[in-house]
Amino acid sequence: MTGLSVFYAALLYVSAAVLVAGLAFKIRQYWTTPAPLKIAVTPAPTTQAGAYVRVAREAALFESLFYSNRWLWIFAMAFHAGLALVLVRHLRYFINPVPDLLALIQPLGVYGGMAMVGGLLVLLLRRFVIDRVRYITRPSDVLMLLLLIGIGVSGFGMKFLHHTDVVAVKAFIMGLYVFDIRELPAEPPLLAHLFMVALLMIVFPFSKLLHVPGVFFSPTRNQADDPREKRHLAAWAAKLEG
Amino acid sequence: MAKVPYTVPALDDLPTVPRIKPGAMSELKSYVAVAAHQEPLGFPGELVENWEQAAVAKMGELLGKYKSLRVYLDMCVKCGACTDKCHYFLGSGDPKNMPVARQDLMRDIYRYYFTPTGKVLGSLVGAKPWTKERLDDWYNYFHQCSQCRRCSLFCPYGIDTAEISMAAREIMDSIGLGQKYCNEIIGKVHKIGNNLGLPEPALVNTLEGLEEDVLDATGHAVKFPLDVEGAEVLFVTPSADFFAEPHVDGLIGYAKVFHQMGLSWTMSSYASEAGNFGMFIGNYEQMRKIAMRIREAAIQLKVKRIVFGECGHAWRVAYAFLNSLAGPFDFLDPRYPVPQHIMELTRGAILSGAIKLDSSANADKVVTVHDSCNIARATRMGPEPGSQFEYPRFVLQAACPKFVDMHPDATRERTFCCGGGGGLLTDELIDIRIKGAKPRVEALRDVVEQHGVTHMASMCAICKSQFTKVLPYYGYEMGMVQSVHQLVSNAILLGGNS
Repeated sequence: MTGLSVFYAALLYVSAAVLVAGLAFKIRQYWTTPAPLKIAVTPAPTTQAGAYVRVAREAALFESLFYSNRWLWIFAMAFHAGLALVLVRHLRYFINPVPDLLALIQPLGVYGGMAMVGGLLVLLLRRFVIDRVRYITRPSDVLMLLLLIGIGVSGFGMKFLHHTDVVAVKAFIMGLYVFDIRELPAEPPLLAHLFMVALLMIVFPFSKLLHVPGVFFSPTRNQADDPREKRHLAAWAAKLEG
Repeated sequence: MAKVPYTVPALDDLPTVPRIKPGAMSELKSYVAVAAHQEPLGFPGELVENWEQAAVAKMGELLGKYKSLRVYLDMCVKCGACTDKCHYFLGSGDPKNMPVARQDLMRDIYRYYFTPTGKVLGSLVGAKPWTKERLDDWYNYFHQCSQCRRCSLFCPYGIDTAEISMAAREIMDSIGLGQKYCNEIIGKVHKIGNNLGLPEPALVNTLEGLEEDVLDATGHAVKFPLDVEGAEVLFVTPSADFFAEPHVDGLIGYAKVFHQMGLSWTMSSYASEAGNFGMFIGNYEQMRKIAMRIREAAIQLKVKRIVFGECGHAWRVAYAFLNSLAGPFDFLDPRYPVPQHIMELTRGAILSGAIKLDSSANADKVVTVHDSCNIARATRMGPEPGSQFEYPRFVLQAACPKFVDMHPDATRERTFCCGGGGGLLTDELIDIRIKGAKPRVEALRDVVEQHGVTHMASMCAICKSQFTKVLPYYGYEMGMVQSVHQLVSNAILLGGNS
C-alpha cells in the first residue's frame, strides 16, 4: 500500500462525507425554513400535484430557461445532459457485477462527455464575450467552469491518450466500500481526475452548485396557485394573531 | 420642489438590449424617510449607530423566516438569463439594474457574513463586508426595482428579485434608512385609512359630487355608497380612484355595474384603500396591519362579499396574501371567492345578461391593454390559470368594437411593468420611471403604427398614474390611458334591465 493510495482514499472519504453531510444540512435548512406567503409566479398550476410537475419540468427540461434564452438553453442542456450520461457511464466503477444495460450504454457516455465539455467551453466563452455576463461573473464562476472542464478533459485523457488500468481503479473503489485500501494506479490523468472530482464534491454544498437541491425548494415554482381556496399560514405569522 | 434632471431614451424598433453603462443610475436616489415617517411604523428615526451589525442581525432573522430569501441567495448560478429582462435595465443600461446584479448587492453581503465560502474565500466568491458606499447602493438600487417579477418568470430557478428587494427594504427600515414615499403613505393609512390621506368628510363630498355628475350625464341615480351597514358587497378600491384621472372614470364604471346589476354595495371610510404599501417595504406586520382594516370593515359593515377595484399590487396582496394576513373569512358568503376582482363581477354580469354593453359608444377608439405586472404574474381572476389575462380582454372586447393586443413578448405573463410600481411612483424618481417605461412604450408604438391604436386600457392605479405622467415624454397624450371600467362606463346601458 503506497502513501498515494492512502492519500486518495482519505481524500475520497472526506469529500464524500462533506458532500453528503453538507447537502443534508442545506436540504434540511431549505425544508424547514417557512414560506409565509403564496408567491407562485402565475399562470401557475392550481393543485399541489400540478406544481410538483412544474418543478419536475424545470429540473429535467429547464423550461423557464428555454423561454428565456434559447442559445443558453442549448449549451446548458448539452452540459447537464452530457454530465448525466457521463455519470451513468461511471456507474460501472461503483457496481459489481455490471448490469447488461449499463454495459450496453457505455459508448453513450463518451458522447455525453463531449457534449459536456463542449457545452462548458461555450459557457466559459460567453462569460468573457457578453458584456452583461462579464459584469456579473465572479472569479469563482470561472473557476467552477475550469474545474468541470478539467474533470472532463482529464477523463478524456484516460480514454484517448493515456489508458488507465480501469480494472485496478475499480478494485480500488470497491475496496473503499469495505475500508480496504487497495493500490491506485499512479497515473497522472487519473490522479488529476480524482483530485478535481473530490474538490468538486467538497465545494458542492458551499457553492452555487446548491442550485441542484435549491430548484426543488423555489417557492415561485413549487407552490400551488390556490391562496383564495386554502389559507396558508406560517407558524411565525400565526403568532402575530395572538 | 427642485426640478429633477431626466433624459428620455430613444425608442428602438426592435427589442434592443443596451450595452452596459456602469453607474448610469447610481446617483438617482429617492427621498429618505425622516423620523416623522419612520417612528409611527416602529422603525428607528434615523440611521442607527451600529447599523452594520444591526443589518446583519436583521438579515439573519429574515433568512430564518423566508425560504425564498434563503434559497435565492444561495443558488443563483449567474447564468445571465435575467440580465436582459428588467425594464429598468433595458431603459437605463445600468448593469446594477440587471436582476442578478441587483440581487448580488445583497448576495455579496450575505456571502461575507453568512457563508463559509465567503468567510474563507472572500472576494473570490464576491463576498463583501458592509461599507457606507454599499449601503448607498442598496438604497438607490433597491428603490429602482418595481418588484414586477418579470425576472423570476425567466429565471431557470424562479429566483424572484422582488423577494430580495423587499427583504433589503425591510432591513434598511430596521436600521433607520426608510424611503419617504412608502413610509409616509403607510403612516397615512394607519392614521386616516388611505394612501392619499383623504379624511371621511372629503370622501363623502367626493362621492356626492360623483352621484350628481352621473345623474347629470345619464339621468340615472347611480349611487356611490359609503359605510352602508348590511350591504351585500364591501368594495375596496385604490384611493386614487376617488379623484385622479383616468382613475375616477373607472370608479364611475364600477358604480354603474353595481347599479345595473342591482347589487347592494358599499365602500368603507375606515378601509378606503386597496393598495397595500406594506408589501413594497417587505414588512409582514405592516402589510398585515393594513390588511386587517379590510377584515374589520367587512365585519363592522356586515357584508357578505369583498370585491376589489382596479389596482395591480392591491390585487396581488388581496388575491395572494389577504387570506394569510387577515383570514379566515368564514363569516362571508362561502359561495364566492374571497376576495373577488371587479373584473370577475363585470365579466359574469355580461355573460349572464345582467348588464348590457353597447360597444358603439367606444367606436371612436382602437384599444389595447396593458397587463399590470402584479396581476399578470401573481394572481388569477377566476378558476382557470390565465383568467387574469382573459377576463379583462373579454370585458374590453365587449365594451370596445376595436381591440388589438400588443406583442406577445410584452403582454400576459411576459408583460413589462409600467415603470412606476413597487414604491417608485414619486417625482424624484422620474428619470428611472421614464426609462423603465421604454419597453412598454415601444410595444405600444408598434400597435399605434401598425393598427392605429388610440387608447391603452389599464387596470391598475399606479399604471394609470405612471402612464399619464410618462407617456407625454415619449410624445403620446396622457388621455391615451384609460381605465378598463371607464370604457365599460361609456358602453353600459343603464335602466330597464333590473
